[in-house]
Amino acid sequence: MDALLLHRIHFAFTITFHYLFPQLTMGLALLIVILKTIGITRADERYNQAARFWAKIFAINFVLGVVTGIPMEFQFGTNWSEFARRTGGVIGQPLAMEGVFSFFLESTFLGLFLFAEKRLSRWAHWGAAFMVFVGSWISGFFIIVTDAWMQHPVAYRLLPNGTFELTSFWGLLMNPWAWLQYAHNMCGTVVTAAFVMSAVGALYVLDKRHTESGRLFLRVGVIAGLISCVMIIFPTGDLHGRYVAKNQPAAIAGMEGLFHTQKGAPVVLMGQPDMEQQRIDNPLVVNNVLSFLIYGTTSAEVKGLDQIPRDQWPTTLPLLFYSYHIMAGLGTYFVFLMIVAALLLWRGKLFTTSWILWPILLSFPLPYIANIAGWMTAEIGRQPWIVYKLMRTAQGYSTHVSVANSLFTLLGFLGLYSLLSVLWIVVVYRIIEIGPDPVDPPTGPRTSKPDPARELTNA
Amino acid sequence: MGAIWFWIVAVMIAAYVVLDGFDIGVGILYPLLARTEEDRRVMMRSIGPVWDGNEVWLLAGGGTLYFAFPLLYASAFSGFYLPLMIVLWLLIGRGVSIELRMHMDNAVWRSLFDGIFFLSSALLAIFLGAALANVVRGVPIGADQYFFLPLWTNWQVGPHPGILDWYTVIGGLVAFIALATHGALYLATKATGELEERAAKFSQKAWIALCAITVVSLIATVLVRRSTLDNYNNHPILFAIPVLVVSSLIGIRTFSARREHLKAFLSSCLYLTMMLVGACTGLYPTVLPSSVDAAGDITIAKSLTGTYATHVGLIWWAFGMLLAAGYFAMSYWMFRGKVSTDPDGYGH
Repeated sequence: MDALLLHRIHFAFTITFHYLFPQLTMGLALLIVILKTIGITRADERYNQAARFWAKIFAINFVLGVVTGIPMEFQFGTNWSEFARRTGGVIGQPLAMEGVFSFFLESTFLGLFLFAEKRLSRWAHWGAAFMVFVGSWISGFFIIVTDAWMQHPVAYRLLPNGTFELTSFWGLLMNPWAWLQYAHNMCGTVVTAAFVMSAVGALYVLDKRHTESGRLFLRVGVIAGLISCVMIIFPTGDLHGRYVAKNQPAAIAGMEGLFHTQKGAPVVLMGQPDMEQQRIDNPLVVNNVLSFLIYGTTSAEVKGLDQIPRDQWPTTLPLLFYSYHIMAGLGTYFVFLMIVAALLLWRGKLFTTSWILWPILLSFPLPYIANIAGWMTAEIGRQPWIVYKLMRTAQGYSTHVSVANSLFTLLGFLGLYSLLSVLWIVVVYRIIEIGPDPVDPPTGPRTSKPDPARELTNA
Repeated sequence: MGAIWFWIVAVMIAAYVVLDGFDIGVGILYPLLARTEEDRRVMMRSIGPVWDGNEVWLLAGGGTLYFAFPLLYASAFSGFYLPLMIVLWLLIGRGVSIELRMHMDNAVWRSLFDGIFFLSSALLAIFLGAALANVVRGVPIGADQYFFLPLWTNWQVGPHPGILDWYTVIGGLVAFIALATHGALYLATKATGELEERAAKFSQKAWIALCAITVVSLIATVLVRRSTLDNYNNHPILFAIPVLVVSSLIGIRTFSARREHLKAFLSSCLYLTMMLVGACTGLYPTVLPSSVDAAGDITIAKSLTGTYATHVGLIWWAFGMLLAAGYFAMSYWMFRGKVSTDPDGYGH
């Protein structure tokens, strides 16, 4: 068995599983802030009730995100020690900053947000929710700064002993790649949260229980979904894609399955990359579109894989091609679904139109797939480099960790994460089954419920 | 600059041990002290809003270690591969069981999560103690600065030991007993009635074991790595650290007998901090000693990151820590005092 491949699968599996959780919680943190803002400014208790319901789903996902996130930090050292040793001088910075600036913020205010609603004034509790949102988005930023440096290294000096040293703090944080990727990625998290919220809303409306809440979830979910689905394509996806095309021609050629350099390059909607013949089998193409998307003119020449040395082609190229197409295909579907849903919402027909409620309900897993496919596109597209053009992935793994040991822990993670998946689904399903707590009577909305803060302290 | 970052990382690890230590301790005592569902709830509530923030010190400390000493991070994390993976699994089990317990009102599910919570807490304490003992004892660092340790070999301390040998097992026991005591003292400040009594009584019994194991571990450390005493002998003022360890032990006993739980708990915080500071003082300026040859030690100078990074890092680190201290002060102030025995449902 190949040690390199095993270490790659180890990281890929654990990070893919991890990212099921933050992509929901980062987006949901924003939606909870929106719910609470509306709840306070319109003095509408239904929105506060919705915020409390989503806080429960947020909490379980947050904890799973935390516990599956710790292995990510550890794996830099355990499985990728040579990478950690050589690049720590640069990316140690954002990773340490994530701990110092984001994790403390998030964990403290999450404790206050979940446990102290009754002890805080309305606006103070809103503030706690807002700080959780800020903390989780800062966390995402530092992770993307780290990844962006691997994709597009800046602000470094390469020492003779092969290690990298930071030369500019702001240069690292202001890496243009990081900001484009961040904008694109954060839209993706809002898409996930909006689809999940809409799906629960559609379930309640179709099932005729908690109908009032269901309508509210649909309203907020569909509006947030429409905005984020549009923004993920334009401007963020468009800008990010052009930047990738400019800086990583091999990645774009692989994503698009463009084996040969050509003017008026087509977009392949579907097909299978044939690595032997170097062509796309069973292609479904639209001519000139790729040239237009990248250069704004249909006749521009796009670099194909034939201009790139074979040993610098993205490894597992077909997987890159499929990842990108799954992401782009689903993204397109999301926009159509949300435009139709938003139109029906505007016409006041959404809640009674079951032919749209059903697709909304069934589509909730798709943003998860799209987000992960997007990350696979970015990370496989970067191959065979672990630091683009400077260090190969094959140079990065821990040579002292034997194949058997890394397989041992990979199997351990597979088993443990299977169990976690089951528990996660059971618990979230139960929360959705029970539904939001009844709205408190308007006369005493803040005193009639059991007081979670009082349970914790009687001071 | 290297010394500053050495002590920054040391302080962050000490903060982790002191803070997460008491919620791990509560986990160890969970099956022992809780007789009723009510007791279990109080114990869970006593750590509910803070355990996650406490655990963050491990992540922030680890991140800072990676930032400041990339070579140490790379070498130690890949060399301690197996125990670290086990620590990860324990952290996962523990975090999940605390959170899921709140969502399940079914007795069978709760018993399952209670069991996982106890087991993962107990094993974590042992593994963390053994990990520290490994760093003190030294590991067989190769010419390329890497090593790999199996979980155990023949349980002997030698040039090629396992993660677990008789010395590191003592380290694990120190951590287990110290954190159990720490947790009991914390619980005594949070609980009322019989549970408070049981916690206080337990801490007094555990205190005897703690004193005994502390003495054993100090003697064992000097036997296993004689150079631990070098810094102390060169700067006799440093013997203040073991004196503080002893004083904090006396403090635990005295305040506990007077039923001043908070002061006893703070003495325990001092005990843990001084034990760690003492170990770090013995190591300095080495960060990971070699068990084969002292020339192979990974030192601060060998592993410190670039000058620019350490300077700029100091600025944001100080700023970030001020913020973090503020958050912690606020959080512990909000959740101060005893946990109520109000039988209302537990949850968010």
